[in-house]
Amino acid sequence: MNTKRSNNLTLLVLFVLVSGVMVVSLPTIFPSLRNMQNMGRQLPEYGLLALANMLAMITGGIDLSVVSITSLSGVLAGLVLSSYQTIGLPTDLTIGIAIAVALCAAFLCGIFNGALVAFAGVPAIIATLGSNGLFLGVAVVLTKGAGIIGFPPAFLFFGNGNVLGIPTQFLIFVVVASLVGLLLNKTTQGFRMVMYGTNPLVSRFSGINNEMVVVKTYILSALLSGIAAIIMISGVNSVRPGYGSDYLLLSVLIAVMGGTDPAGGFGTTLGVVLAIFVLQVLQSGLVILGFSPFFRKSAFGFLLLLIVVFQFYRSRYFQLRLSSAAAREKLQV
Amino acid sequence: MADNVLEVKHIFKAYQGVQALRDVSLSVGRGEVHCLVGENGSGKSTLIKVIGGVVAPDRGEIVIGGRAHARLQAIEAIREGIQIIYQDLSLYPNLSVSENISLNQMIEKGVRLTTRKKMQALAAKGLEEIGETIDLDERVENLSIARKQIVAITRALTQGAKLIIMDEPTTAITRGEVEHLFSVISGLKARGISIVFVSHKLSEVFEIAESVTVLRDGNKVGDYPAAELDDAKLTFLMTGQSFTSSPYRFDETRRGEPPLLEVRGLTKTGQFTDISFSLWPGEILGIVGLVGSGRTEVALTLFGLNSRDAGTILMDGKPVDVKSPEEAAKLGIAYLPEDRLNQGLFVARAIGDNIVVTILKSLLSRLRLIDRPKRREVENRWIERLKIKTPTAAAAAFGLSGGNQQRVVLAKWLATEPRVFILDGPTVGIDISSKSNIHEIIRNLAEHGMAIVMISDEIPEVLRNCNRILVMRKGRIEREIRNVHEMTEERLFDVVTARRPEEVQ
Repeated sequence: MNTKRSNNLTLLVLFVLVSGVMVVSLPTIFPSLRNMQNMGRQLPEYGLLALANMLAMITGGIDLSVVSITSLSGVLAGLVLSSYQTIGLPTDLTIGIAIAVALCAAFLCGIFNGALVAFAGVPAIIATLGSNGLFLGVAVVLTKGAGIIGFPPAFLFFGNGNVLGIPTQFLIFVVVASLVGLLLNKTTQGFRMVMYGTNPLVSRFSGINNEMVVVKTYILSALLSGIAAIIMISGVNSVRPGYGSDYLLLSVLIAVMGGTDPAGGFGTTLGVVLAIFVLQVLQSGLVILGFSPFFRKSAFGFLLLLIVVFQFYRSRYFQLRLSSAAAREKLQV
Repeated sequence: MADNVLEVKHIFKAYQGVQALRDVSLSVGRGEVHCLVGENGSGKSTLIKVIGGVVAPDRGEIVIGGRAHARLQAIEAIREGIQIIYQDLSLYPNLSVSENISLNQMIEKGVRLTTRKKMQALAAKGLEEIGETIDLDERVENLSIARKQIVAITRALTQGAKLIIMDEPTTAITRGEVEHLFSVISGLKARGISIVFVSHKLSEVFEIAESVTVLRDGNKVGDYPAAELDDAKLTFLMTGQSFTSSPYRFDETRRGEPPLLEVRGLTKTGQFTDISFSLWPGEILGIVGLVGSGRTEVALTLFGLNSRDAGTILMDGKPVDVKSPEEAAKLGIAYLPEDRLNQGLFVARAIGDNIVVTILKSLLSRLRLIDRPKRREVENRWIERLKIKTPTAAAAAFGLSGGNQQRVVLAKWLATEPRVFILDGPTVGIDISSKSNIHEIIRNLAEHGMAIVMISDEIPEVLRNCNRILVMRKGRIEREIRNVHEMTEERLFDVVTARRPEEVQ
């Protein structure tokens, strides 16, 4: 409990620190509305994928297929959208169908991943690495490798529009992140995910249907990827399989940076959201300051490692205390 | 005085403000078998470590063979002939018997080169001295625990032990093996080697010890000749409380009613065969048998964690198919697993989380979300009802003592309001006062109409708390004991270990 809080505090301090540095070095540009909007447009794309990986990690798994799921659902939605003039359906209905198709595709991808992990017993890292290739391959075959362009203008609202000056996708992100928080803290599925991630054997002995918990987890993770797909293809008004492949490792690292325990059992939505913000501020600041993309990459890498190492030592300290308590008890039997 | 191999005088030791030992003295004579008893946390382990030079005392001195040490190094203790055999035995599982026996002394003597022949000669000589034969080339991991103990004892002897301290040597071995161990110990004693035996199994204390030192909360209660003690007196000395226990009585007229749970011809190849029994509400049915007798496997089948090849399970006279713990819980069958730390309890999680994990559905609000006030209320109610010692339900379960942890596991299942509760080793690793408290809880549940199955290694526990006992051996029910109050511990031991097969039928 305390580690969770102190982790979020660390991230909050880091966020304030990084933002402060940016505001001081770029007093006019950084705090401007334009920059804020830019940041709000960029972060939901990988932010949703980071949340997806957080969910998988809480159960002790990982979802390496998040970007491929966005590609596959994006391509399927794109196929529907690009044919809006030839089908002749009303635009709104077409958009609705496209979104439904994207989410259904993601849902099926999630069932596939979940079944591999839960029933076939394939370790999540292998299962999703395999399905990563599979989903991407299907997406490439569907488009024959080319991109799809030409969506109804109304669809661009999700990735380019504003509501009261706030980018639409940022609002979507806030709503989805809140729902994820609600899921973890207030629903049976969330509670069971955490318990399963803590110790799958005890969870089985507690009458929890482990397989169902795992399958649902990968469905949820895939649905978050599906939502990211809609935002992505709307933002660039086109689909190209493989778009955003850099986001995969980023999403895994942000999830860990946000305090999620890759071994399972611990993770907070707030922590991951704070980690997303820290990274976005750093990213935008470094761009404006004119650092080369390569420097930015290495700066990210450095920061992520720093935080992960810091967290490793802290969790090890916690582990140590835990195991010494257990050892004490053992010795005293 | 010169006769004493070891004298520990006025030892004090505190850990982070907790006084683990307070003015404890102990003396062990040559060729004496001395028993050290006390509950969890009484300071037994700390005292052993002080003697072994692993832990430095804050005050006091240790006199070995007439030489006083204020601070003893582990290597000095070994050179002075003190050998400690910890519960885990500290053997190398991947090495052979002869390597295990000879390695330590070669390290101690600084031998850098050796041959297989030399090691085997050393080991063979050591084993011969205590009259044991073990294949010298066998890897230690393939030996039974009892055989491993012999290896550890031989190793201690070849290092010139004058005093061997054994920490809980009998917890993991069978009755027959215990007797064998005792005969080895008698042999050592005859050779003038002293033994300090740490145990909490009372019957064994009387069997082997000449003198007994009792510790409680870091203080020495006293030294007693074993002959002057009995079960009740020793329990009182260890806990400061006396426990009266009468066997559990079941109102036999209730057997006229239909049974709650009925098992007919339950079979699983390689695990158990033709298991049939009935269970009535208000009963505490004991199942005893050696490890591997199939008792846990039967329980797991009833709980939906183990399949069956044949047979039927009936609840209220209707056949049921229990395929998962989820279904078992729905039918009102609960199971408290054998291995508390790996199966029963989410050690890293809050006590409250552990309690509500089985009943999440009942905590949902109209929006299908977990209702926090309702949840807190349930958590606190169970903490209070089972007297779990914690300031808050949000505290992690790993900080609790074994007894409190077990009460959390009990709470988690009692919250589901089960009708049949299967308890597998309900008091394993729990100290005496907590034990009797848990027994009280169990009896109380049965008196209120719950049907209880108690699987246990501890014969006295089963005799005192069950109204009927099934003895399992090699996957079969060997015998049903209906008049438990006429049974003695010794006779039940014999039935369980099949030492007197003619009495079994």
